[in-house]
Amino acid sequence: MIRPDAPVLLEIRDLQARVEDQPILKGVSLTIRAGEIHAVMGRNGSGKSTLSKVLAGHPAYTVTGGTVRYVGDDLLSLEPELRARAGLFLGFQYPVEIPGVSNLEFLRVATNARRAGKGEEELDTFAFEDLVRERLQVVQMDPAFLERSVNEGFSGGEKKRNEILQMALLDPLVAVLDETDSGLDIDALRIVAGGVNHLAGPDNATLLITHYQRLLDVITPDYVHVMAVGRILRTGGKELALELEERGYDWVDAELAALERTPAEVG
Amino acid sequence: MASSATVGDLVSQPYKYGFVTDIETEKIAKGLSEDVVRLISAKKNEPAFLLDFRLRSFRQWLQMEEPDWATLGHPPIDYQEIIYYAAPKQQEKKASLDEVDPKLLETFEKLGIPLSEQKRLSNVAVDAVFDSVSIATTYREKLAEHGVIFCSISEAVKDHADLIEKYLGTVVPGNDNYFAALNSAVFSDGSFVFIPKRVECPMELSTYFRINSGDTGQFERTLIVAEEGASVSYLEGCTAPMFDTNQLHAAVVELVALDDASIKYSTVQNWYAGDENGKGGIYNFVTKRGQCRGDRSHISWTQVETGSAITWKYPSCVLQGADSVGEFYSVALTNNRQQADTGTKMIHVGPRTRSTIVSKGISAGHSSNSYRGLVQLGPKAVGARNYSQCDSMLIGDQAAANTYPYIRSQQPDASIEHEASTCRISADQLFYLQSRGIAFEEAVSMMVSGFCRDVFNQLPMEFAAEADKLLALKLEGSVG
Ligand SMILES: Nc1ncnc2c1ncn2[C@@H]1O[C@H](COP(=O)(O)OP(=O)(O)OP(=O)(O)O)[C@@H](O)[C@H]1O
Ligand SMILES: [Mg+2]
Repeated sequence: MIRPDAPVLLEIRDLQARVEDQPILKGVSLTIRAGEIHAVMGRNGSGKSTLSKVLAGHPAYTVTGGTVRYVGDDLLSLEPELRARAGLFLGFQYPVEIPGVSNLEFLRVATNARRAGKGEEELDTFAFEDLVRERLQVVQMDPAFLERSVNEGFSGGEKKRNEILQMALLDPLVAVLDETDSGLDIDALRIVAGGVNHLAGPDNATLLITHYQRLLDVITPDYVHVMAVGRILRTGGKELALELEERGYDWVDAELAALERTPAEVG
Repeated sequence: MASSATVGDLVSQPYKYGFVTDIETEKIAKGLSEDVVRLISAKKNEPAFLLDFRLRSFRQWLQMEEPDWATLGHPPIDYQEIIYYAAPKQQEKKASLDEVDPKLLETFEKLGIPLSEQKRLSNVAVDAVFDSVSIATTYREKLAEHGVIFCSISEAVKDHADLIEKYLGTVVPGNDNYFAALNSAVFSDGSFVFIPKRVECPMELSTYFRINSGDTGQFERTLIVAEEGASVSYLEGCTAPMFDTNQLHAAVVELVALDDASIKYSTVQNWYAGDENGKGGIYNFVTKRGQCRGDRSHISWTQVETGSAITWKYPSCVLQGADSVGEFYSVALTNNRQQADTGTKMIHVGPRTRSTIVSKGISAGHSSNSYRGLVQLGPKAVGARNYSQCDSMLIGDQAAANTYPYIRSQQPDASIEHEASTCRISADQLFYLQSRGIAFEEAVSMMVSGFCRDVFNQLPMEFAAEADKLLALKLEGSVG
């Protein structure tokens, strides 16, 4: 839902980042207001996951330029855990397995960390069990998954559902979902998309990274951005996704080539 | 920028116990000779049998060579550069704590071991050993009511010479190995525990070892005897100041369990480990052995090894009595340049004896962590069983983990199971937890305590949480 007067939650300006010595993000700008759903699309390797991890504060990436303001704060100066407590959520493209750490315990600690960030009191084990059982229904997940180690031995789709369960518990202000739809069967896709729609509201915002129109059929984006070699090359409404579905990314090369020429011609 | 500095900025917290107590100490001249052995014995007014034991051990030590089979490397130790006896200057052991030098009481208080009447740990009796001498033992009277003897070994030599003569050196003989022989020659103090028949010790017993002097070796000797049907749980803790030289610590612990007796011995070892470049730290060469002498007796070792520059330690069980049980639960953590070669020996002598080994090695930084274990089943160990599980966790990509399981069995049908695994804590796992609002330290601690749970569950309750925190602290700054 686009409301021009809605508060800005996330404002990315000319963000540049590298991993080791290799520049990956080369100037990303993006403004997200409360209530909005944004989709980011783009070829493999164009920098979508990098953008999401830089936002969440992954230590492997070094920001080399630009700014990110998150609800008025300088996001980049915050430790990753503080970003999370402030309501920034990243649904990982490849959630890692953490053997030996119980999923239930992990979810409880994470939930309480977020609650502390909102100034709410800690939930004890019993109160948390009630909450988690209720939220399990959003993703129609079997409570048996709570007893296992975090993501350990989960199937690809089960890991993605566990991500959405976390999102449902953590009540994010800005959720960045990195290819949460890939690896899901048709039913699971519907469940996960239903979960995202259920959690999206006028006060929060969602940034969906996806390759497929089928997700955008169920979650209608307000904006679609196309990323290429570390930049947002084009922004449009939901029709842009349909256009991509039809035409593929070949046009991107032409635009990129034009972009490369521009500075020289201008200069 | 904060996000990339997350890990790098978490510089290891300085070792919390690295302070030195400024106290006048009585030391003998450095160096080792027969005269020094006699001098130590004379200072303690020891009976002849003990001086004999020392001298025999010393002569055998002279014939022995420092072992070099462990996966450890260190410059040669100059045994003539070490001081073998140092004691804080105060006359005689004090009858009451009020007379103990307040500086000493303060030291232990700072270490989290309050000794004074009002502040004592409830339900834990503590023997506090400072350099070469025991300075106080709490709750002695209460224990005496149950017939339990808990005192320093020096006092036991005076007050219970018969027991010392009967048991000392019977589990770890004076010539057992190089470091045990050295200890037998020059040991200074340590704890003595005696639990009479059918007595269940009413509280946890604990000895806290504190090395204070920089040039002094620490050679303590502990002896625990549980008579028929008796049981006891004992915990050993240790710390040392930070010096940039290495100090030698060569202890011997002997446990004797008679019929149906049970001894649970736990250690939380936090000697100074040296700095991140490997300068300084304790060389810890320890011989710990328990003998399940009686039928159905039970000895359980639990150790959390986090400190020392070098750890060479194999708490073992000789399972002599029929149906006796030996257990070894170990967490050994190494970081920076630390080296640990640790494990156990389970010697099955009697029929139907059982042993369990659970070893968790965590290596971070440039450290090296080896598990070395022997399971031996002798000709009479019919129906004996062993289960071993050795897991390694690597943190970062510079650390090394090795596992050396040895099995010698004269029982073709025996059941011996061995499982081993290796895993690695990755920056991505930690980031995953952090991205859910969990602080770095807590994330490490969650992963490590998951890994160590089977061992921590064996620790006395009061110390399990401590162990958790200790590991987290030791690992700060080691990932990334
Ligand atoms: N840690 C890293 N080390 C080296 N290269 C990296 C690293 N992370 C990302 N890259 C490189 O950065 C580029 C962008 O990767 P990124 O994962 O952001 O792409 P993506 O748009 O998410 O692709 P996909 O659609 O396949 O998920 C790729 O070329 C990738 O190889
Ligand atoms: Mg990606």
